[in-house]
Amino acid sequence: MRNRVAIIGVGMCKFGELWEQNLKDFTLEAGMYAIFDAGVPGSDIDGMVIGNMSAGRFTGQEHLGAFAVDMGGLGDIPAYSVEAACASGGAAVRQAYMAIKSGEHKVMLVLGSEKMSDVNQTEAMNTISVASDWEWEGMFGATFPALYAFMARRHMYEYGTTEEHLAMPTVKNHANAAHNPWAQFQSPVPIDVVMKSGLLADPLRVLHSAPVTDGAAGLVMCSEDLAKKYSDTPVFIEASDQSSDTLALHDRKSITTMNAVVSSTRYALKEANLELKDINVFELHDSFSIGEIILTEDVGIAKKGEGGKALEEGITEIGGKFPVNPSGGLKARGHPVGATGVAQIVELALQLRGDAEKRQVDGAEKALAVNIGGTGATSIVHILGR
Amino acid sequence: MAEQGVASVWRRIKAIYTIQGNMCKTCGSYYFPPRPVCPECRRKGKLELYTFKGLGTIYSYTVVRQAPEDFKRQMPYVIAQVELDEGTRLTAQIVNVDIENVEIGMRVRACFRKIKEFGQGGIIAYGYKFEPTMKVTGHKEKSSPKQKEP
Amino acid sequence: MVGIVGFGVYVPRYRIKTSDIAELWGEDGEKIGPGLGVFEKSVPGPDEDVATISVEAARNAIKMAKIDPLDIGAVYVGSESHPYAVKPTGTIVAEAVGCSYNMTCADFEFACKAGTAAMQAAMGLVASKMIKIGLAIGSDTAQGRPGDALEYSAAAGGAAYLIGQKNPLATIEETVSFTTDTPDFWRREGEDFPSHGARFTGEPAYFRHVGEGAKLLFAKTKTTVDDYDYFVFHMPNGKFPVAVGKQIGVPKEKLEDSLVVRQIGNTYSGSAMIGLARILDIAKPGSKIFMVAYGSGAGSDAFSITVEDAILESRGMVPTVDDYIQRKTYVNYATYAKYRRKIKALG
Repeated sequence: MRNRVAIIGVGMCKFGELWEQNLKDFTLEAGMYAIFDAGVPGSDIDGMVIGNMSAGRFTGQEHLGAFAVDMGGLGDIPAYSVEAACASGGAAVRQAYMAIKSGEHKVMLVLGSEKMSDVNQTEAMNTISVASDWEWEGMFGATFPALYAFMARRHMYEYGTTEEHLAMPTVKNHANAAHNPWAQFQSPVPIDVVMKSGLLADPLRVLHSAPVTDGAAGLVMCSEDLAKKYSDTPVFIEASDQSSDTLALHDRKSITTMNAVVSSTRYALKEANLELKDINVFELHDSFSIGEIILTEDVGIAKKGEGGKALEEGITEIGGKFPVNPSGGLKARGHPVGATGVAQIVELALQLRGDAEKRQVDGAEKALAVNIGGTGATSIVHILGR
Repeated sequence: MAEQGVASVWRRIKAIYTIQGNMCKTCGSYYFPPRPVCPECRRKGKLELYTFKGLGTIYSYTVVRQAPEDFKRQMPYVIAQVELDEGTRLTAQIVNVDIENVEIGMRVRACFRKIKEFGQGGIIAYGYKFEPTMKVTGHKEKSSPKQKEP
Repeated sequence: MVGIVGFGVYVPRYRIKTSDIAELWGEDGEKIGPGLGVFEKSVPGPDEDVATISVEAARNAIKMAKIDPLDIGAVYVGSESHPYAVKPTGTIVAEAVGCSYNMTCADFEFACKAGTAAMQAAMGLVASKMIKIGLAIGSDTAQGRPGDALEYSAAAGGAAYLIGQKNPLATIEETVSFTTDTPDFWRREGEDFPSHGARFTGEPAYFRHVGEGAKLLFAKTKTTVDDYDYFVFHMPNGKFPVAVGKQIGVPKEKLEDSLVVRQIGNTYSGSAMIGLARILDIAKPGSKIFMVAYGSGAGSDAFSITVEDAILESRGMVPTVDDYIQRKTYVNYATYAKYRRKIKALG
């Protein structure tokens, strides 16, 4: 039997506008939580990876590897900081996965973290914009919502997706987040409120968009043979895959599909020796609601163009055939960009352990997460199993 | 070291002022912005500079209603992916148009505008935006969407 | 002979009615238009300035002339609202229209006659065979202090003229200038808005200089008003050119066609040059045009121009002055103030 990589501990801080905490405070909180959850002595951890998009611009602090190891009192272990825009968290998980697979590291702490609320709106927007092609998109006035609006407009044009469809992921995800004590928004929102919310970039509205969030999430990962030593409920990474696409959205043949998602999902299912129908729960990157619609199609839950219909039919609700974002997703759990990819894995591990309480997907055996960087230039897919 | 924007805009001036990209002599693909390598042909590619005609159609668009400070004076503004007649797309603002008239398939041509100011005392980056083709752009009056100019 | 081998204009899309400006300041909106002879004025978009207007006009001129931009040996841009106090507008234009790097370039400033001064400089270089073709542009995004009389007329637009010897659309037989030191209108370094001598801008300034310039040109060319079919004068408003025409004895119908000021306002360095373009858009071959541009400070440049047969083939290639005048979208004072940076808090 192959030696899989196990997740033996998970942790998060409550996501939100954390006025009283700085990057150090809540990153430490999430990391300590994961270490306690794993029951692993700190001295057993032999490496650390932190996913972060832009602490340099958001807080003025870089060199986050050393920063996190130092504040966590983890001694002199190697520490890595990885960046892949909004997929930085997923990239951190995958870096640890590869390090453990290779045998270089035995037990690793994985963190994802972002402090976004310490800058003004212009700086926040400009910082997010650098996830796209800054010189040829951002500088010309294409804000990040504008790029997703291009996708939404084209999806409506090509497939008849409606404004109701665009509102549905928000309604579903807020309803799910009502049962997630870590989520930024824990109250449901009715569809007419979503549809009447302010326009960001037509047809995208404020309530189609993930918020500005501070937060961190953490995992403790180790090889399968060590996992039993620490945990009775390890969750295993059945596959970890990553694909790239053009940095600029305008360089893609189609903007209503994300090729990197299609290919990384296909590789991951193959690696895990699974078919999509075997997956019981999903966390899909919904930084904008159109993103969830496109990803629903690209991972294969719905046919191309029918992502809206899948939402309409309730297929992606908890209790549906393919539940998507039981955590509340980026929209309602919140989207501290570097933390998101790790938070997705935290949620899916809890789902597989049966610890997801009121938002539990019954009997979940296999789970899949898609974490996107930029407008789909990076896609990182993880499949977890019990 | 250079003041903000100075060198980074200057080295792209030809591309930004005149929509100069490149085309691959091997496969006939056009690229904008110019690419260092033809992704289709890689080492077999033969890239040559090419100045685009500046005509195209709107592939997708949006109206930006929340933007960074330096775009405030223009809000709300239309930004689009324009499919150039040569077959590649770029991202640019659409000006000289009423928001309600913009649609996918609309014929547009390149015009010359201020793109960004690096602060009040900083440099001004000029370059391409697009506007609907019409009599004052030297095109047929009211050319309808999807209908290509001769 | 040296002549115009191509020309192009550009006027921004936005307009504000002078009656709307008047009402904001508690003036009689109905009286202001007829009183000033300016009914609406062009307003540049928030992303337009002298460089962008100049490029659009120059591109039109090059398209009309069917010349290779590499043959342009000089680029001169005349304006009193160059986007940079230091750093030429001309280099931006030259790069954007695809000129060679082996050419000369400079910005001109002489209030509203900087563009015609640029034409004269280009003519000299062409006539002396130092260059093949010169590009002379007059372009402005003129500012008027909120509430000042200038606010009713200060407008935006520009015209580009390609000066050469080969196959001209119109030949320039003669040009003369009349120049004195007369401070009728000025803007000090670092000031946002210009100041002016109010009624002093009339008699000792505009009327004296335009009148003297015209007199010099008539004398030098040994012509009279009767020898010309069209007259173009600088148009600070709709009244002055009509009044100076009357003084010189120009019949109304010979002046009428150039009075673009009524619909687009005073485009400063672009003013007389856009007026001339409007005549070149319509004049028959053989027509003779008499133009006097005026710049505060003060001086006038007078030109005697004959329309050639080649002009017929050049028509329909690029938008006319009327095309630009007719393409318009009205804005209210608030939008105008936002676009023109009169709202200082916006930076």
